[in-house]
Order: sequence, then C-alpha cells, then structure tokens
Amino acid sequence: MSLKNNPLNNALNRRQFLVRSAKAGLSIAATCAIGYQFYDGSGPLGIKQESEDAGLPDFSVPGTGGQLSIVRGRDRVKTLQLALNALGGLDTFVKSGDRILLKVNAAFATPPILSATTHPLLVSELTRLCLKAGAREVLVTDNPINDPASCFALTGIGEAAQKSGARVILPRDQYFKAMTIPDARLIRNWPVLYKPFKNITKVIGVAPLKDHHRSGASMTMKNWYGLLGGRRNIFHQDIHNIIKELATMLKPSLVILDGTTTMMSNGPTGGSLSDLKQTNTMIVSTDQVAADAYGATLLGKNLSQLTFIAKAQESGVGTADYGALNPEVLSAE
Amino acid sequence: MKITTARRISQIFFLVLLLWFCVVTTQGKEWWQLRGWPVNWLLELDPLIGLGTLLTTHSIYKGLLWGLATIVLTILLGRFFCGWICPFGSIHHFFGYLGKRRKSSLEKAKTNRYNRWQVLKYWILIFLLSVAIADLVVFLIHAPSNAPWLFWALVLCGLVAAIIVTILKISVDPKKLFVYLVCGIGVWVVLGIVLQEARILSASLQIGLLDPIPLVYRSINLVILPLIDGSALRLFTKPRYYDGAWLIGFIFLTAVLLNYKTPRFYCRYICPLGALFGILSRTALWRIGKSEAECTDCHLCERDCEGACSPSSRIRINECILCMNCLNDCHHNQIGFRTTPSAAGEILSPDLSKREFVFTFVSGAAAVPMLRLNGNLSANWNPSLVRPPGTLEEEKFLSRCIKCGQCMRICPTNVIHPSGLVGGFEGLWTPVLNFRIGTSGCQHKCIACGNVCPTAAIRPISLDERLGQNQFAARGPIKIGTAFIDRGRCLPWAMDIPCIVCQENCPVSPKAIFTREQFNTVHMETSLVVKTANDHFIEFDTNVLATRRLSTGDYFCLIDGQPDQQPRLIVKNTARSLSIAPQTPWDPPSAAGKNVHILIRLQKPFVDPERCIGCGICQHECPVRGKRAIRVTAENESREPNHRLL
Repeated sequence: MSLKNNPLNNALNRRQFLVRSAKAGLSIAATCAIGYQFYDGSGPLGIKQESEDAGLPDFSVPGTGGQLSIVRGRDRVKTLQLALNALGGLDTFVKSGDRILLKVNAAFATPPILSATTHPLLVSELTRLCLKAGAREVLVTDNPINDPASCFALTGIGEAAQKSGARVILPRDQYFKAMTIPDARLIRNWPVLYKPFKNITKVIGVAPLKDHHRSGASMTMKNWYGLLGGRRNIFHQDIHNIIKELATMLKPSLVILDGTTTMMSNGPTGGSLSDLKQTNTMIVSTDQVAADAYGATLLGKNLSQLTFIAKAQESGVGTADYGALNPEVLSAE
Repeated sequence: MKITTARRISQIFFLVLLLWFCVVTTQGKEWWQLRGWPVNWLLELDPLIGLGTLLTTHSIYKGLLWGLATIVLTILLGRFFCGWICPFGSIHHFFGYLGKRRKSSLEKAKTNRYNRWQVLKYWILIFLLSVAIADLVVFLIHAPSNAPWLFWALVLCGLVAAIIVTILKISVDPKKLFVYLVCGIGVWVVLGIVLQEARILSASLQIGLLDPIPLVYRSINLVILPLIDGSALRLFTKPRYYDGAWLIGFIFLTAVLLNYKTPRFYCRYICPLGALFGILSRTALWRIGKSEAECTDCHLCERDCEGACSPSSRIRINECILCMNCLNDCHHNQIGFRTTPSAAGEILSPDLSKREFVFTFVSGAAAVPMLRLNGNLSANWNPSLVRPPGTLEEEKFLSRCIKCGQCMRICPTNVIHPSGLVGGFEGLWTPVLNFRIGTSGCQHKCIACGNVCPTAAIRPISLDERLGQNQFAARGPIKIGTAFIDRGRCLPWAMDIPCIVCQENCPVSPKAIFTREQFNTVHMETSLVVKTANDHFIEFDTNVLATRRLSTGDYFCLIDGQPDQQPRLIVKNTARSLSIAPQTPWDPPSAAGKNVHILIRLQKPFVDPERCIGCGICQHECPVRGKRAIRVTAENESREPNHRLL
C-alpha cells in the first residue's frame, strides 16, 4: 500500500512536517540570536587596561608619627618590650578588636640562626602582645623567594605564629591583585599580595637587619618587597626606586627592625655565622625611613650609599635624620 | 540537467575557489594576488570554527558570522555542505570514485554499507568541543554565586518541569525525580564552592587539528603549493620551506589514500564538521527517503552512496550528505528528496550512547588541563616560541588559532612556520617564527599575518601600532622577542674577526644593536722585530706575514717604545714588510730591534634591549650559519607581561 494515497498518513506526515518546521525555526532563531549577541566586528585588544586599583589603605595610627625607640640588649623579648614601652606600649597602636597583619621577612628557607629571616621569637612575642592588647586576630604573611611552605617551616616563623595564636597566610596565586600605585613608575598594574590585607586594621613590619648586595641594605622598607608578586626581580634593575615606591605603597602602623644579630656581609642570604655580628639593638619606629637610617649605622653603611633612603625621604615617607626624632636609647641589660 | 551534475559543478566550483584563494594569498598588486580577494571565505563558512571560537572567546569574530548561513541552511536541508561545498570532501569524493571504478555494483554497495564506527566522528566532535568548553563550564559552575538569576531561573525551570511531569504522570517515580533534582542542585552549589580556583578547567581550541577546512587550507598552503611552485606556477621568488610540513603532508596523503579502501573514509569516520552537520540535520525539512517501505531490495541506491547512510532501508539522516546519487541510481523511482520522511523509516541520531558521550566529554575536558600541567603556559614557557607581531597572549592565542596556515602562506618572507612541539602539543601547527628559513626575518613594515588571520589569534594591527608611532608612540613598538648575542660564537667577540652584519641589518631606528670599538692584538706564532724602518715603512728580518693580509683596512700596528702609542692603519704589506699611511707617520721612525704588534680594530656588537623588537633580521643575516651567533628568543615580548625583561 502506497503511503501517498493514505489520507491518514498524509495527515500524520503533515503534522510531523509542521513539528519539524517549528523545531527548525526555533533552532534557526536561536542560532541567529546567538550570532547577533556575540558578534564581534573589531577583534580583541592587545594590551590590558591598566588597573584602576590605587594601592593599599593607610594603616598608620593618627598622632603617633615620627617616633623612634632604640634598645640595646641581647634578649629580643626584653628589648622588644622595652622599645614598645618607650613608644607608650603596644596599646597605643593596637586597640581592642583590631585585626593585625605582621609582615615578616621569611624570604629564605634557612634556620633562624643564620638571621636571614625575621626571628621567630619576635613573631611569637608580638602576637602575644597584640592579642593581649585586645586584637581579634593576628595574621602573618610574606611572599618569600624560596618555596613558601618551606620558608615558613624552616625559619621557625610558622611554628612560632601557630603556637602563639597567629595565623600564617601562604601566598597563593589568587591572593594577588594587579595594582597601580599613584605616581609610581614601576608598580603599575603589578600583582600585589592583597588578600591578607582584607579587613586588616593595623600592619606591623618586622624585618631583620641585613646587608643586601644590590641595594646596600635590607631593612624595614625593603621588607615590603615580599608583598610583590609576578616577575618582581626585574625591579632589581632599579632597586632604589622600587624600595622607595614600596615605602610609599605601604603606610604601616609600626615597623620593627631587629638588629640583635646583624648580617654584615653576603646579604641577603648570608649562609654562614661568619657573616653575622652581634649588634644587640632593637629598633621600633613609626617612621620607616628613620628606622632604616639608624639601621644603616649598625651595618656600618654611609647614608650616601643607600640611595633609597634619600629617595624615600624625598617622597615624604619619613625622615632620614633619625636624631631629629629624639629617640630614647635604652638598655635592657 | 541531472541534480548530480549540478552537485558536481558545485563541488568543482568550490574546489577551484579554494585553490584560487590559496594562490591569491600572495602579497602584491597583480590581479592574481591578494588585493581584496575574500581568501578566508571558505574558513568563515565553516561553522565549527565559529562555534569553537564562540566557546573559547565568547565572541564571533568578523567573517566567522558566515558560519551562521551554513548552519541555517543545514537546519533546513541537511548536510548539503559535505556533499556540495566542502573541498576536502570533493577531493575524497573524487579519489573514492577512482578507487571503486572497476568494482561491481555489489562490491560498491558493500563498501558503502553503514558501519557502526561511523560514530567515531561524533566522539571526535564531542572531544574537540569539550576541550573548548571549559569557560562555559566554569561559568555554569559558578552561576549560583556569579549569575544567581541564571541559577534560579534554571532551578525554577527544573522544578516546573518536574511538577508538570508529575501532574501529567509521565514520570514513573516522581519521588525519585525530586530526589535527583535536589541532589543535582546540591552538587551544583557545592561544586561552585569547592572549585573556587578553577585551575583544573581551562579551554583551548583544537578543532583545527581535524576540521576539514583548516586542514585542507593548511595542506595546500604548506605542502602542495610549495611543492608545485616553480613549475607551472610561479608564486614566490625563492622556493618556500615549511618546518615540519612532512607531517601535514603525510596526514593529507593518508586521508586521501584511505578513499581507495573506503570512499569518503575521512568524511564518514573522522570529520568533526560532518558530525556537527549530522547533529544539525535532524530537523531538515527536505530529506532523502523512499516512497514505499517495500522495494525490490536491489541496493542500487547504495552503489554510490557517499555518506553510507543506508537509503535502502531506514535511512540515517545524520549520515546522509545529499550526494543525490541514490536519486539517479534507483531504477524504480522509489527515492526522492522531499518533505515526507522515508516510508522505510528514519534514524535521526548518531549511534551514540550516553556512556560514550560522557566518556568523550570528560576526556576532552580533562585533556587541556592535563597538557597544561607541564607549565608551558606559566613558568615553563618555551623561549623559542617566538610568535608573529600582534599575536595575543599565549592562552588567548590558543583559544583562537585554528592552525589553518594562512599567516604562514601570506608571510612575504616565509619566516612564519607551523610549530612542532615547541609550544607544547596544544601549539601544534600554530605560527612560530623560524629565523633560519626564509628570505629575511620578520619584515619591519609588514602587518600581513594579523590582517589575514581569520580568527584574530594574531590581531589585525596597524603599521602605526606595530612600529609604535603616532597614537601608539607612548606604548612603543610591538616586541616579539629580544636578540641575544652568543659571545662564544660571534666573530668579533670570539675570534677577532670584524663582522657586525647584525648591526648593519638592524631595521630599528635608532638601531637596537650598537658597537664598541676595540683594538685587539693579533695572535702570531713568532714575534715581529724591526730590521729597518722609516716614518711609514717597516721591514722585518724574516718572512712572517701573509702578503696583503694586513691591508684590509682593519689592521693597525704599534711599535714598542713608540712615543705616542697610537696604532697606525696598515695600508700595504708583503711577507716581510708593512707600510702605513704617509699622512700618519711615525715620528721618530722606529729603531731596529723593536717589537711590532699587529692590532685588529673590532666593532663588538651589543643589543640594546629597550630598542630591540625581536624581528630576527639580525639572526637571519648572521654569517655564522649553523647555530647563529645572535639569536632571538621570546624574552620581553609585548604580548606576555610575564616575559618582561626590563
């Protein structure tokens, strides 16, 4: 029996055809809608727009500017306490409910005895004092040069932080954000370790005092290098300007420069006890430039060798004339 | 005119058109050269390219919108593209015809029987699309947080559908249905939270590997034209070379020769574009079919059936490529092309099980992240991968390049080559610069590749942008790499031989290669001792010099005890004497017995990384022909901020 002659089949075919036409029509409409929606007549742009993100907030505590205290002594816990007390105690800076970020120098996976990194005792004591002052949370972070997890483990900073109640934040890729610092020439659209600063109210930089072969010295301002991500070592081509820009990028509540054992040579890694010298000094300041300028004297460096100090002063970060701040020089011995 | 004749004319037309487009992709003003010919049109008609780039870039670039026309026609007519337009298909068609020419009708019908493995092409299509789909998956996974409207709309749709299904009692077990629905939403939300860093999902466009249109463009551009050039055709002043072209040629040849075994082997088993058309053809309004269910079963309709779609029984609409041979071959007028479905029934969907679909989809989605575990898109990038100017940053580039070879074809200097594995497997056959082959490095005032690229994997830049002038002055020129001098191989640096061909050829102004002058004492076996001398001439006591060797203008001499210690240019020498220019006499002339030193004046080249654009002309010209003494690597290329040098 031929299909053509069967009226029932004809009706069926007509219905099938209509259904199919409707489906085809819908598909075509959907395809055309997609084509219309996603059409791109010009092509992709080559270069990304510069980040509008203008850096980090100001963490300095109003009314505490231009202070510096210097304490002699071998015992870091004692010298730190005394130095903080000289500035009115940590309570002046840390209020109840504050969230604190300790920016340590954990650059290398080396033991604390080599003094290439922030001493763990400083981390635990600072954490203890912050929590005592009522801080809600203490975070410890750095973007080290060597493997981050190894660095925090071998320097003892990780354990010290954990035991005293602070939390270590290891730098993960998505914690960085491209930033452009106002008036900066180098930190433009550059990845900065941003995430740990979320909800933070106070920032304390904790740096060891070290020789640095390229810049002359690694102290509190150079310590912020550990907030940069990406291919940051290209900035070694212009080391003094990058340190200056870093100092303008971050306005800390407080900086601590540990000159108890100073790395006098082969910095910033050292690697031998013969590179170290007992200088028995703890420096606490609200002025990074003054702290570094004083640190330079312990390293036996002339300020004229450390161009970044003059540059930072010129940018209004602080003063290189630490004497003008009338620092109290105390002894903890 | 028979409809098959019309089809043949169409096939020949598009094949000739393709060859014509490949020929005219030549820079010049002649009528047979690139002067507005739409050389990418066949690529643009290929909707798989449009679909693939839509998935990876969320856009349809310029001419790729043509793919829309093909899709619309396919939805209406079925796989007309395969049977009537596709030049690769036409090549297979022809060779398939040659292969079966002597066979009996029965044997022919046998080779055209449907094979279960024809489903392979759908696997390939699903695999290649799932390689590209990561962005969409990431978007959907994060929809609960990033696009809540979409999430809630879909949840609502699901609920409404489930309720309707329950009310209409379509579902057997409504309880189970709701459990599935709730579980599905739960998994979705959890995935969105767990997969915050979606590193395990990244997209790449790999359809170009097997998509027939890029494949045939690539094969003609990089293998066939260079092979026949110089005989009947004269396209290039110098013969063209393409690094690794053998593999492209081998694949092309294999695909063509397989037709002797099975006609249209590639179309039936491999072609992902055909598979896409197969899926789109299910709603075709007109289709091939029998008018009566029963016939004489002579199978003549399958004698020349190109798609192996079983027109004699239940026809597979998704395999039918509308060659229309069955229309002619049926002696009983049983077969027609019309709106009614075949009386013997139809199969609309490929033989693809759910399991197969999931398997190919997951392996495709996992392939790219797995390939990228070797880090070639991050820390482990290959500096030998120098890409043409205007190339997007690597990840974006890989989401656009279809490996068609158009940039390699149009490049006037033959410096662009199909990469092997320098850019990882993902980068196979993508453009890479080879400064050893070709007539020059990357020509300074040329922007051809980006303007011919059909997908903007190489952006269409202007000359101003490339050179960093006018409105682009602040940004500076586009750099594709940096030249580094190998001081162990460079003639002036390593061997005291004057050269600086690199400096002379540097097209950048001011030059990116500068020189420092230096006088080096020439190494000699014996020392030169003055026998007699006047104010511009010295004679030695033995024959120690090669005649005229020192009068090239590069040699100077210096005498021990000479008061001014200024080297004097040597203008003439014999085996035992030398003369300097009379304008620069020695005063006083040397006494006998003094030692004489021969100096060579060298200009040692240095690269200024701030100026160097990586064009590689220096490398191309370097006279150290094996491993060049100045070589460009992708250091400091503009497209990748992470490759910055300064």
